[in-house]
Amino acid sequence: MSARLLVSALHDPAVTVALGADWWNALIAAAKAERLIAALAVRLDGHAVPEAVRPILADARADADREGQQALWEADRAAFALRALDIPVILLKGTAYVAAGLPAGQGRFVGDLDILVPRAMMPDVEAALIGAGWEWVKEDAYDDAYYRQWMHELPPLIHVERDRLIDVHHTILPLTARSRPNAAALIADAVPIGEGLFILSPEDRVVHAAAHMLADGDLQGGLRNLWDIHSLLSQADRHRLAERAALHDLKRPVAQVARLAAALYGGGARLTLWDRLVIARLLARDGWGRETRKLLVFAFFVRSHWLRMPPLMLARHLWTKWRKGHRPV
Amino acid sequence: MRHAITLRIGPATFRIGSAWAQPIADLARLYAAYPDMRGAVADFTVRLQPTGPIRRLVRPSIFITGDHGLADAAPMSLAHGLLAAEMGMNLQMALGWRRHLLLHASSVEKDGRVLVMTGESGSGKSTLAALLGERGWRLMGDEFALLDCASGLILPFPRLVSLKNRAIGVVEREVGATRLGPLLRATAKGDIRHMIPDARAIARMDEGGMPRLLLFPRFGPAADVRPVDPAEIFMRLTQASTNYVALGEAGFAALTRFVGQVPARAIDFPSGEDAIAMVDRLWSDLA
Repeated sequence: MSARLLVSALHDPAVTVALGADWWNALIAAAKAERLIAALAVRLDGHAVPEAVRPILADARADADREGQQALWEADRAAFALRALDIPVILLKGTAYVAAGLPAGQGRFVGDLDILVPRAMMPDVEAALIGAGWEWVKEDAYDDAYYRQWMHELPPLIHVERDRLIDVHHTILPLTARSRPNAAALIADAVPIGEGLFILSPEDRVVHAAAHMLADGDLQGGLRNLWDIHSLLSQADRHRLAERAALHDLKRPVAQVARLAAALYGGGARLTLWDRLVIARLLARDGWGRETRKLLVFAFFVRSHWLRMPPLMLARHLWTKWRKGHRPV
Repeated sequence: MRHAITLRIGPATFRIGSAWAQPIADLARLYAAYPDMRGAVADFTVRLQPTGPIRRLVRPSIFITGDHGLADAAPMSLAHGLLAAEMGMNLQMALGWRRHLLLHASSVEKDGRVLVMTGESGSGKSTLAALLGERGWRLMGDEFALLDCASGLILPFPRLVSLKNRAIGVVEREVGATRLGPLLRATAKGDIRHMIPDARAIARMDEGGMPRLLLFPRFGPAADVRPVDPAEIFMRLTQASTNYVALGEAGFAALTRFVGQVPARAIDFPSGEDAIAMVDRLWSDLA
């Protein structure tokens, strides 16, 4: 089980000293598949690695650096497009970590730009972005309507020249989810990082990452998300984190990600049966980079929908998607 | 995976896994003269896996993926397994290689200097490189030329040469059947047959050379040689490179230097013999 090896190498890079070529191949393939190869490269900095491994790690770090640079430029362009609205533009996820120089941004691949703005300003934000060259990705009327009615973000927009996606959020969970985070508090406590940009407070960053990972997803890319959380936890005050988790109605997910991060990347934790199931899903990756445990993976896919919508609505949604030809996995 | 082999081509090492024996057996035979890489750490993992749960045994169908993959990659028949493996390696290079600027071009070397030939699939650049490789030139590669950003050298990537349709007969007459792989009929690009580069090309696959001439060959029309405007050369090479954007400033600097220093011509040729004569003439004119 190579995801297990990846997790132990991130926890303690010294375990790689004894690895032979076969294990290195497995470690590298799993790390690439989980988009953690650059984070692994950062962790292995200063450790002796085989000659053939060095350029692979250097390539990964260069890729992450380039993605970070592009992400900063996208954030800059979005702030520029929205400057007339005079609202805080709050960066989320990877772009926030890189822009603020957080440990979680080290070796972090950053794809889309995610921002959070006040819900009342969504129509103005949308108009300003479209005026600055962003356009719709989703052509499908059902998907578009679904986003607008039920999601916590606009349908994704892509920039016509730079080909980069932006997700504009007004809160951190879909409106159909069981929990209702306090978006006003997220915005009120955001931290300025200069040039009109903000990031969430250290504790809210953990809350958001926990909500994203456990309350809103099928755990695709979960090891990377949990690595983010592990890094974010180092900057959060535990007492304040508990308060914020309660405020955002996300006590259980926040407590669980803390246990999972400690179990996989930290000093260990007492795990529940449910924790162990989640970990089995997180580690479903072999030494060729393939996903394993198909049934478990599918069960988490089903669960992610279950969490997102009440049963009747879910049935209607799946029926609509099925008729359109969408098939899971 | 059930079957696996590790291959090194120029600077890149590939670990190729397959759910079926045949593609790996084909690779083992055709790459027998290449360095033995058993037990090596690979730059890339390639996977030839079934497209669905039963597709290993029932109507076998290959999904090509690996470290880098395309979600909508077309499935391939097991009969074309060798081609699938080659495409899997190309995919890793195209999407993942960062150590050189990758040009979709063939290249050959003579007296330490390199002729680079770039063009669309079907332009004749592979065939021309294969033929030149038998006529006193050293074949460096038929698919990717690697431009080293620091030194300006072109480095070889001499994988199997992929011959298509009419080129198969032309090259078979030149090299004989022993250096050719199985004939793969009716692939998405027509009939395909792979050619093993000659011993020199393989033995010297770590040896680069400075570029001396860039050609844009085009098979078909009447013989013609035209100059190409530097701005057009630059644009066409950025389009012929899959990692130009990813390399950022280093890629830009290397490419502008290449365009500034290497003379270029577009050539149209009605046959391989005409092309070889045109290349020899252009090459000696530079002396």
